[in-house]
This record gives sequence, C-alpha cells and structure tokens, in this order.
Amino acid sequence: MRTLTRGRGPVYWAVLTITLVLFTAAFLLPLVWVLLGAFKPPAELARQPPTILPETWEPGAYVDAWNYMDLGRFFLNTFVVAIGAWAVQMAVIVPAAYALSKLRPWGGNVVMGLMLATLMLPSTAVLVPVYLTLTDLGLLNNPAGIWLPAAANALNVYLLKRFFDQIPEELLEAARIDGASTWTTLVRVVLPISRPILAVVSIFAVVAAWKDFIWPLLVFPDPAKQTLSVALQRFAPDTPINLLLAGLVLASLPMVALFLAFQRHILAGLTAGGVKG
Amino acid sequence: MRRHVTAYGFLGAALVVFAVFSWFPIVRGVVLSFQQVNFVTSPDWVGWENFERLFADPLFGVAWRNTFYFTVLAMLIGFGVPFVTAVVLNELRHAKGYFRLLVYLPVMLPPVVTALLWKWFYDPGPGLFNSVLRGLGLPTGQWLDSSSTSMISLVLVITWANMGAATLIYLAALQTIPGELYEAADLDGAGIVRKVWHVTIPQTKFVILMLLLLQVVATMQVFTEPFIMTGGGPEESTVTVLLLLYRYAFYYNDFGTASALSLILFAVLGVFSFLYLKLTRKADA
Repeated sequence: MRTLTRGRGPVYWAVLTITLVLFTAAFLLPLVWVLLGAFKPPAELARQPPTILPETWEPGAYVDAWNYMDLGRFFLNTFVVAIGAWAVQMAVIVPAAYALSKLRPWGGNVVMGLMLATLMLPSTAVLVPVYLTLTDLGLLNNPAGIWLPAAANALNVYLLKRFFDQIPEELLEAARIDGASTWTTLVRVVLPISRPILAVVSIFAVVAAWKDFIWPLLVFPDPAKQTLSVALQRFAPDTPINLLLAGLVLASLPMVALFLAFQRHILAGLTAGGVKG
Repeated sequence: MRRHVTAYGFLGAALVVFAVFSWFPIVRGVVLSFQQVNFVTSPDWVGWENFERLFADPLFGVAWRNTFYFTVLAMLIGFGVPFVTAVVLNELRHAKGYFRLLVYLPVMLPPVVTALLWKWFYDPGPGLFNSVLRGLGLPTGQWLDSSSTSMISLVLVITWANMGAATLIYLAALQTIPGELYEAADLDGAGIVRKVWHVTIPQTKFVILMLLLLQVVATMQVFTEPFIMTGGGPEESTVTVLLLLYRYAFYYNDFGTASALSLILFAVLGVFSFLYLKLTRKADA
C-alpha cells in the first residue's frame, strides 16, 4: 500500500539499518545483558569496566535463586492468582454480557451504563475503600481478594457484549426451536462463535493478573501467600545481585512464553480495544 | 416476564461483584473522606478536617508538583516516541515481525521486574548505562540518585516498558490511511514533514487524542516504579500523589485522609476519563 515515502533507495536502506540497530540495542540487548549477568559471580558484576561475556560461568545461580527465594512457592501463588482471576472473571462476565446483549432485560441499558461509568474511575481512586471492603469480608491473604475485584471488569463486559451483538438473532432462534435452553444456547452456540474475542479477553485477563503489583501488595501481607512481583521486591534489597537477576529472568519467562505462543492474538487484541492491557 | 427473570439470573453474579467491589466503594470512598477511621470504635464524622490536614502537609504540594512534572515529561517523551516509531515502522518493508515483537516484548514483563532491572542498569557505579557512557568517553549520570534526574529516569523506564502498546495501536491506525491522500500530496509537491503534518496527523488524530487521554490518566496514577526504584527520594523528588496516598493509608493508617486524597485525584482525573469515554462512544456510533 502507498505510504508516506515510496523509496527503496539508499535512504530507505539507511533508515532500515538504523532502526534495526536502535531496536536491537533498546529492546533486546538489555534483556540479553540480564540473562548474561545472572551467570556472573557478584564480584565480576561489580567490576568496572564490566565483562561482556561471563569470565566465570556460574549457571548454578538460577538454581540458587530458586532455592534462596523459594521461588517455587511464589510461582504457584502467582499461578493460582492469575488462573483464578481469569476463571472467576469469565464465569461472571460472559453470562452478564450475554444477558445484556441477547436477553435484553428491562433496565439492561442502565446496568451497562452503570458498569461503563466505573471506567471513568481511575482504578486507584477506590484503592482505600476496596481494601477496607476486602478487610471487612475477611479476604486478606486470600486469592479471592484478587479474583473478585478483578471480575468487575467493565471494559471486558463491553467488549464481549459488542461481539455478541453481532451474532445474528436467527442463529439463537434456531437453537431455541430445537429446544435448547438459554444456558445451552450460550454454551453450544454463542461461545464457539465467540472464540476470537474470548481468547483476547482471556489472555489480557491472565497477563494483567500476572503483572499486577499494587493489589497483591495490599491483599497479601502474609509473605507465604505473596505473588512473584510482591516477593521479588521484598527480597530485592537483601539478595545477592546475581541471584536477584536470575530470579527476575525466571519470573518473566512465563509471560514471554505466553507472548511468543499467542503473539497474533495479543497484537490483534490491542487494537480490538484492549488498550488498557 | 420469564425472559427478564432469566436475564437477571445471568446478570446476578456480575451485579453482586460490581456492587461490592465497584459501586459501593465509590460511595464509601466519598464517605470516608469526611471520617476518621480507627478500627476500634465506629468512624467519627470530622467534616473537612482530612482535607485541611492534606492542605497543611508540605508533601501534598510536592506530590502534585512531582506528578504534574512527571506527566509533562511522560507526554513529551512517552507520547512522542511511540508515534514517531510507528510512522517510521509503517514505512519499512523488512523485518516487520521482528520490530513488532521487540517493541512489545517489554510490555509483557511484570512492572516489578522492569523496575528492578532498570534500577540495576541505573547504578552509577557498575550499572549498564554509566558503563556504556564511560566506554564511549562521555560524562556519566547520577540517574536515580540525584533529585534533578530522578524523575526523568523514571519516565525513561515507563516509556521503555509501555511504548509497545501505543506504537502498535498507532501502527494499526496508520494502515487505515488511504494511499491516495499521499499520492495527492505528492502531486502537490509536499515533502515528508508536510505530508506528516497535513495527512498522517489529521488522519490519525482520533487515535492520538484517545491515547493521549489514556496516557495522562495512567501516568498520573504512577506508583510501582517510584515505589520500587526510589521510594519517593532522593529529597522527595519522586513522591507522587499515589505514593503519598499509600503512605497515608498504610504507613500512618489514616484511611480518612488517604480517601480525601483519592477524591481529589479522582476529581482531577475524572475530567480526562470523561473525555475519553465520550470519544470512545463517539467512535462506536
């Protein structure tokens, strides 16, 4: 397609080369630097000028970091928080979006409006009252303290509803004539067609839960219950630097793997309105 | 009638979750702003006392000044860089997948990981940045350790971490610009700068405006990076509104004053959020 420039001349190749170098330097090299850094012993990491490749390779740092910070426990905690947040959110918002889109109950527009109104609210404006409500409900140190507030996601209700709105009425009518209940229609007809939007909403829900810091910080005062992010910032000041770097690499791997596996869904989801991710 | 009952059955869980964790807390936040909470006796009404305490706190002004300074820097750097990057990427016909992959990679990293990594890069001694500068024979910086560069250092981290999302959204918008507009501009003999100014920007101004508003709202709530990288220092140069709010709530256990600060933040951000919502609604219609 025709864009700003048409060139394939020397200027084009120069710009391409510069962009390649800049991107690699800005986004790839820092990550490689950390990966390599974790292999160097602390004394080598403190040296100036720094060594590029480790002089002494210490692959044991990754194992040591795992044991020193008890990362297995925090991986499990984070996994429970993220998968639970996804499952609870889906269980809550999918039926809700379906009801708002296809069952159109009396007052449905008001409900949608009230949900959308919460989007105008910066999430941190309700930090204190939500924290106090979680305290009242006894949900501190409980993953449900993350799952339930995360389920009140108006943007995702809206995205699902907008997708459901495009499903032709006749399709649901046909299911109804075949004797399918409202629930069966949702599970057997609506959900299979909606796979693309469900994938996008699901991935963004899991990623958001994995990346979150401030809510787990408040919800899990008990160190044994904390997520990776909260535990890493707690360990950071007193952990040998090579072990900390190894821990940071390990904590990032699941999200990087998820990105490489679902790159297309994630990049498509960005423009579908998942701007908040 | 049955349809309505069934529908509310499907809506039930969502209504409860929204009521308990969204709608009720909004009301409770306003009420708390005028109360003193101590967890022993029932809360006392204290009128405007919480607000007066805030206005008397020298850090209140500092936190707002820092937050506005941060937002302006984030707009100058964090807003311009993704747009320019997207415009350049849109012209390139090679390594498209590589560019998209790299620019979005940091977005996937947990912010705590990014903050701790950059804190290590910023180390004025053996840190990556000063090592590179020293290697090139350039003057080194104090980065997070100096109150004059601490804020811009935080802006760089946040830009690096988040620009992928904005870049890809701009890129998608750029691809919807009809090629004939550029051809027409060519016929008029327009150069690159004039084409960007008269075609690219007007054609994407809706997306630009939307992301601008979202970014203002997000940057004014910045917390994780200053909390982890500087703790508000040095010399309170990176105390943001949210960091102050966190201190009131969780260091001083003064939930009333923290709520009053939330209410003020909400009022300021509400204007931007409202504009954003109006714009998105208009785009859908």
